Amino acid sequence: MTPIIATDAATHCADWRLKIEPLNEHEETAIAAQIHHYPQPQAAAIEALKIVQQQQGWVSDGKVKAIAQRLQMSPDEVDSVATFYNKIYRQPVGTTVISICDSVSCWIMGYQGLAQAVTQELNIALGETTPDGAITLLPTPCLGACDHAPVAMVDDQLTRQLTPASLILLVRRAQEQSS
Amino acid sequence: MTNIQTINQPLSQHIKADGSVTTLAEYQSNYGYQGLTKALSMSPSEVVDWVKNANLRGRGGAGFSAGLKWSFVPPLEKLPGQRYVICNADEMEPGTFKDRWLMEHDPHQLIEGLAIAAYAVQADTAFIFLRADYDLCAERLQHAIDEAHAAGLLGDPVNESGFSLTMLLHTSAGRYICGEETALINSLEGKRAQPRFKPPFPQVSGLFGRPTVVNNTETLCNLPHILYHGIDWFANLGLGDDNGTKIYGVSGRVKTPGCWELPIGTKVADIIAMAGGMQDGVKLRGFLPGGGSTDFLTEEHLNLAMDYGTIQHAGSRMGTGTMILLDDQTCVVGMVLNLIQFFAQESCGWCTPCRNGLPFIRQILTDLEAGRGQHEDLEHLLKLCGYIGIGNTFCALAPGAAEPLQSALKYFRDDFVAHIEQACCPHGNSPKPDNGLKKEAM
Repeated sequence: MTPIIATDAATHCADWRLKIEPLNEHEETAIAAQIHHYPQPQAAAIEALKIVQQQQGWVSDGKVKAIAQRLQMSPDEVDSVATFYNKIYRQPVGTTVISICDSVSCWIMGYQGLAQAVTQELNIALGETTPDGAITLLPTPCLGACDHAPVAMVDDQLTRQLTPASLILLVRRAQEQSS
Repeated sequence: MTNIQTINQPLSQHIKADGSVTTLAEYQSNYGYQGLTKALSMSPSEVVDWVKNANLRGRGGAGFSAGLKWSFVPPLEKLPGQRYVICNADEMEPGTFKDRWLMEHDPHQLIEGLAIAAYAVQADTAFIFLRADYDLCAERLQHAIDEAHAAGLLGDPVNESGFSLTMLLHTSAGRYICGEETALINSLEGKRAQPRFKPPFPQVSGLFGRPTVVNNTETLCNLPHILYHGIDWFANLGLGDDNGTKIYGVSGRVKTPGCWELPIGTKVADIIAMAGGMQDGVKLRGFLPGGGSTDFLTEEHLNLAMDYGTIQHAGSRMGTGTMILLDDQTCVVGMVLNLIQFFAQESCGWCTPCRNGLPFIRQILTDLEAGRGQHEDLEHLLKLCGYIGIGNTFCALAPGAAEPLQSALKYFRDDFVAHIEQACCPHGNSPKPDNGLKKEAM
């Protein structure tokens, strides 16, 4: 699978000739509510991307086009925003996203051991998704939980004081849930 | 009413050991929202002066006087119309977790502080710019904002005072540079978070071109107490030149990592003692006083007071006040490489010294850590620290990134040299070279 780390996003080139994927009713309503907070519709761009991602799991080229149309922006403008931020996925991710903090306090407290154990367990590199689409592994900058280092997020749940063994347990649980 | 003298940990007084959130009723039962009531009974310029005289310095790292920052907003008579206040809750400095602690446990304190700041600069809209990964904070803050609106503590008009305020929570999509205030403003406008050229400063032309004040979470959390208890009380809390308390944190190989509210100016050694000292068998070698973008200090600095002036005089910065400890079992080259990797990845890419300089440094450090270093690399690294230093870059990201590196080269040069001479990482982060000649016969 292609890595989906933000730094690699520059090599991804969208094809705007693709068909627009219209926003569904929920996306439309939620984005409209956000636009209402700002004097300019484009200020809601990041919220719009997050709303679509919450619904679809990621943000496709067709959805970028739909957001652009809704916010009166060009698709490239929306894409430039989407590719800037770490938490917007421009490629499909697994059912569960495991973000392992790789910053300094977690690194001191054993990040390298966690990364080695989990990549061996899943047989994929950081930034990749398992072939069955169950799990995506992402290294992530400081999660602000350094008092519980080393930490990771399993989707939106923070898990603390990890050891290689406890992380592998979490991974196996996530695999079971997705199968 | 609680005796004023006994309140020496105002910001954390509601924080419970079980991690539960302070409800609106609990918050209000202990002078909650009365700081705002007091502010609303004063004129906005009186509030600005009050906070200026309290000498509340920005807790996000720069240490700039909050009241002075507000005073640069043109008066409403001179520049009528919309203005904004923003809480910078994009806590992403490596090793920093103090704002999360405050927001998760006592969201109303932040909301009240932000409302006071809004009144002082006559803003009718306030944003909380929260980092992407703080899901629990987002949930608790949104609930508290809704509670405050419903109770008439926010909205139109606040407390029947004629002042109206709408407060909105914006959750980021994750990028360190969003913590730079002009980059944060761009991000809030739905753009890439690239810093803006200054001047104009945000107080004159910020969000959507309107006067805007951006304050750190902890700074804002101080306001209700300063308004309610007064300037003298606040001044008496500090131990040295600075006023108030500080949320200090410790992470690394200590027994009980965490954060604590202590008088500002508490000694470094006393803060580390709060964390139970080093783990057994581990020796302290140095520390980054306030996050990943501050210079290393060493054992000789343990008796220094953690305040802005003292730490700066010692050659570092108090920064966020959350220390990261370097111990004798951690490779300092690897630690600096980890920090540089963070800053290289999080660079917005706008200016060349940062975009290209940081990956260049990362490459040299990677080679050193892998045992491929040369002696001239060390001079080269020092030169690069200068090239990405203050004055050569568009914002403070790259100069901040240079701080741990330049100080590591100063205090731990022998560690770098050992990597070169032994052609590997002595801490085992890279394999020892396979040198057949020195191998003993089996």
